[in-house]
Amino acid sequence: MAEPLPTSLPQVARIVERRDETPHVRTFVFDLSLAGQPGQFVMAWLPGVDEKPFSLVRDKPVTLAVARVGPFTEAVFGLDVGDQIWLRGPLGTPFRLPASGPEASGQTAGDLLLVGGGYGIAPMRFLAGQALEAGWGVDVVIGARTDADVFYLDRFAASGARVRVTTEDGSLGEQGFATDAVHRLLDQRAYREWYACGPEPMLEAVARLGLSRRVPVQLSYERYMRCGLGVCGSCSRQGWLVCRDGPVRRVTP
Amino acid sequence: MPASYGANEHLPVLGVRLCGVQLPNPLILASGILGTEAELLARVARAGAGAVTAKSCSPQPRAGHRNPTVLAWEHGLINAVGLANPGVEAELGELQRARIMLGPLGAALIASAFADTVEGFAQVAARLVEAKPDLIEVNISCPNVHDEFGTPFAADPVAAAEVTAAVKEAVAGAAPVLIKLSPNVTDIAAIACAVAEAGADGISAINTLTGMIIDVHARRPILANRTGGLSGPAIRPLAVRCVYDLYEAVDVPIVGVGGVDSGRDAVEMIMAGATAVGIGSAVYGEGPEAFCRIADEMRALIAELGYETVDEMCGAAH
Repeated sequence: MAEPLPTSLPQVARIVERRDETPHVRTFVFDLSLAGQPGQFVMAWLPGVDEKPFSLVRDKPVTLAVARVGPFTEAVFGLDVGDQIWLRGPLGTPFRLPASGPEASGQTAGDLLLVGGGYGIAPMRFLAGQALEAGWGVDVVIGARTDADVFYLDRFAASGARVRVTTEDGSLGEQGFATDAVHRLLDQRAYREWYACGPEPMLEAVARLGLSRRVPVQLSYERYMRCGLGVCGSCSRQGWLVCRDGPVRRVTP
Repeated sequence: MPASYGANEHLPVLGVRLCGVQLPNPLILASGILGTEAELLARVARAGAGAVTAKSCSPQPRAGHRNPTVLAWEHGLINAVGLANPGVEAELGELQRARIMLGPLGAALIASAFADTVEGFAQVAARLVEAKPDLIEVNISCPNVHDEFGTPFAADPVAAAEVTAAVKEAVAGAAPVLIKLSPNVTDIAAIACAVAEAGADGISAINTLTGMIIDVHARRPILANRTGGLSGPAIRPLAVRCVYDLYEAVDVPIVGVGGVDSGRDAVEMIMAGATAVGIGSAVYGEGPEAFCRIADEMRALIAELGYETVDEMCGAAH
């Protein structure tokens, strides 16, 4: 290889801001900026604990949403402003906005649809920001179990995106799943491209719907990961490496 | 088969025979890289590998080490995955699926065995032959399980020979047996002589070199295992020297592994004495497509050097 390969070593970062979003989700802002894209992730390392992947909520400064789901994230929840964490990345493939701009498309097919299920809403904030800045109309569907699990609703609303919330118990927004809201939105509007991040059954449902409506869909997958570099094979889904070929997969009709 | 295969008919064909097994080209996916799943092995074969090595498997499932397990530094990778694997029982299923997928691609399948006792090695190898791999590689040289299992078998000629003899008996001629050696020894040739005498059909060399990277802000090693195995461009000259020494010391074929990332590197390894060449960390740079590129580069270089076959170059540097 003629050129030296990029290194992938953890960079130290300090927490400059910490916000509770739900009882289980906390946003961390760091004193580190990276050149990342929506959909990409970083590996966050706590010495002596573990290293795990997190989607970028923002790259400049690096912002992550951390859900308390296990020993590592429990340890991250114990960190305060001023504490250190180490970040490696950004890694993986990003969500991509349509190649031609919003002005090039007709009135009925010019918007983007973003669907976030559960913690899958995290990278959608980055994507919505980028899409709105590029002049796209953006619909966001937030799917959650209960109203206590919904986060970033206010930020999406403040950013100028149109937001719909579904909860499984009906405690906020429409009762049902994110895909139910997608069905209803499709009655009102046609979209240029859909984007989804969340549990795999939701991704598969969105992909099937996209195929039937003949709309390209970009899906962001999650898998247990080790290297994040496409060498260890831990995150393979039938030969497709979530860390390197993904996490974003584009399905076209 | 690489897309460019046969595109230039005047270029040499890369086929080699390794321990009696015909390979369409001498490039082998090294153990521990992308070998976790049948579909991944097939993907690497489609990208142009002449053979693919599955991830080492042990008698029982192993979770491996906590993260961080793999890092990319300035001159290669360092890893301490800790031989995470689903155990030989589950691995058999993957190998059987891989066997079917690889058939039409012409690439050979290499199963890899790992255990913490001589009996364990024999037990795993005996099971692995059920999947009918073309070759069995015996990983006696993982540097990353030292805390659990002590010094690897590859560090002691007697222990290395015991494992070799036990595996050979267990396999009973169903597949040639390659013993993968460690560079983390004083005299790799002495170990090679011991395993060759014990019946090894071939030798793979080298496994990774033990190393460490410390984060100065954290004031501690980054890998959860603290130490890890170095691979990639940094270790290539060392691997070439080992293969060169082994070629002088033993008569069995050698799979040269360590930092190969170009056709030139592969030819260098073959001139040092390798019959076939393992490729691992090069996958980090460009993915499995590295195989097709390296094979293309090899073809052009072999023609430029005036050789007609890969075999002619074997040991040419001696």
